[in-house]
Amino acid sequence: MAEPLKKEKTKVVDEGIDVGISRLTEEKIESVINTVLETETGARLKIYVETCIHCGLCSEACHYYLSHDKDPHYSPVGKIKQTIWEMIKKRGRVSPEFIRRAAIIAQTECNMCKRCAQYCPFGIDIAYMLSVVRRIIHKLGVTPLYIQDTAHSHSVTMNQMWVKGDEWPDTLQWQEEEAQAEIPDLRIPLEKEGADIMYSVIAPEPKFQAQLIYQAAVIMHVAGVNWTMPASVGWDNSDMAMFTGDNEVMGRLKRAHFETAARLKVKKIVMGECGHAFRSVYDMGNRWLGWSMPPFTIVHAIEFYYDLIKDGRIKIAKKYKTVIEMHPNREHNYCCCAGGGVINTGPPFKMTRILGNRVKAEQLFETKTKGAEVLVAPCHNCHSGLHDIVHHYEIGLDIKFFGDIIYEVMEKPE
Amino acid sequence: MHSFYNFVSGPLAWIAFILFFGGSTYRIVRMLMLVNEKEKFIFTYMSWRYSLRSIFHWIIPFATVNWRRQPVLTVVTFAFHICLMATPIFLLSHVVLWDEAFSISWWTLPDAMADVMTVIVILGAVYFLVRRLTLPEVKFVTSGSDFVILAIVAAPFVTGFFAYHQWLSYPLIMCLHVLAGDIMLAAIPFTRLSHMLFSPFTRAYMGSEFGKVRHARDW
Repeated sequence: MAEPLKKEKTKVVDEGIDVGISRLTEEKIESVINTVLETETGARLKIYVETCIHCGLCSEACHYYLSHDKDPHYSPVGKIKQTIWEMIKKRGRVSPEFIRRAAIIAQTECNMCKRCAQYCPFGIDIAYMLSVVRRIIHKLGVTPLYIQDTAHSHSVTMNQMWVKGDEWPDTLQWQEEEAQAEIPDLRIPLEKEGADIMYSVIAPEPKFQAQLIYQAAVIMHVAGVNWTMPASVGWDNSDMAMFTGDNEVMGRLKRAHFETAARLKVKKIVMGECGHAFRSVYDMGNRWLGWSMPPFTIVHAIEFYYDLIKDGRIKIAKKYKTVIEMHPNREHNYCCCAGGGVINTGPPFKMTRILGNRVKAEQLFETKTKGAEVLVAPCHNCHSGLHDIVHHYEIGLDIKFFGDIIYEVMEKPE
Repeated sequence: MHSFYNFVSGPLAWIAFILFFGGSTYRIVRMLMLVNEKEKFIFTYMSWRYSLRSIFHWIIPFATVNWRRQPVLTVVTFAFHICLMATPIFLLSHVVLWDEAFSISWWTLPDAMADVMTVIVILGAVYFLVRRLTLPEVKFVTSGSDFVILAIVAAPFVTGFFAYHQWLSYPLIMCLHVLAGDIMLAAIPFTRLSHMLFSPFTRAYMGSEFGKVRHARDW
């Protein structure tokens, strides 16, 4: 296993990284690293670096490490050693080749899942340290091309997928019409001031998976929710800028999202099934804007569906399947390896995340042997990443969103 | 030899204690000042409940997933750290010194037990050394300083063990023992032995982030 992977490390060609590296000088590297360390980091980074006792106990937390036959290059602390420790120790005097490796490690070999913080006896936030590396990589202009493109799209269009201004309401209208074939009086209310809920999605929904908007509209309609969607920017809650270290763009995106909700005078924001967007809206983006907690009540789709079912606003017509838990599960589950922006680094790193998550394949296979047929993934990136894993390792599981299942089993008007 | 002993147990011991207490206070105050200066938000996220909940789980053997995954290490590390702290504080001959110098004294360990505890610390240090040399994931992130701090911690116990059993030249060993103790105390705030000072803070912060923001366990 180890040999082909080492080859892969040098063979990966990513235009964002390669062209970025070709423009670097040692002076620029030194100046960017030291500026970020001096002006943007403080006690956390300093104490984390000085407190780490180099015990390696974080290693087995990491799916990359476990999937690469315990190669220490992939352990959380091993990744820190190969990146930020060196940058600090050498006071920024590292080579462009070092930066190339650091960019690959920080952007494609860590999903920022923070499972390692649950294994470190001191609770050292290794993902935070790698996010500092990502910030440096961003400021050096060495971010992988595909994810940088999504960050550019965010910056230009305020959505992740270059969805144009007219394409957004067109898509909603199209899905409304599709859904009206099933429920004639269904509406997707646009710009409805004073609605209870603003429903926001990530840009891949209108771009590739418009049926998810259809399903959400059906659920909202049946539950009798007073909801709306914005007609202009602010509808996209996703945030790849958060994962490229482009905090300024992250702040613009979240501000647009919150301000749209404020403009529509809604009581809360309900968001579609997406993991990173929730992190951005609830944890990272709000902090950048100075809100310790989000200025709006943010409800993730899973929580929203749970409330609808609990309150009897949607009724389940038929039992779907029996739940079979995977192990480890809950907050100790393995990451899908798509998160943290890794899937967004695109085709050059597809095998990085598939080979980097062999343990997920083993875990899924074990669950399948217990009788599981469907894998529920309430997040787009998990969904796509798990699809690649299930396909590559030939596990044979259907992957579904909660919304898919609820749409299928709920009572709908005849 | 006698004047050297007086030096290491007199002025040098004073310096070591001042460096330990002063240095520890300085490091913690500096850390809090740095938080205040650059990452003030940390204070807003700290929660007593989630901090203590996290610390509590991690200071109990086998109370966390990772402690349970590493049973041998867990037993060794808890035994090592408990003996490391308790032995020097409750050793009869140390308390006698406090009594003679300042007329203060407290409960002491039976000598035979202190002897066993000393051996536990030494064996623990050997375990950590072997682990560092043999486990690839530990070896990969090991630097020279890791061996130095391990030696700094082991030295007072090795010399103390020799002194108690009066092996080799007792006066020389005693001098080395006191010197090693001075070095260890002074080194705590200024080396990565400072995990003794900082780990409650890092754990508390992570516990708060996981508990209050993520609504998840961090153990």
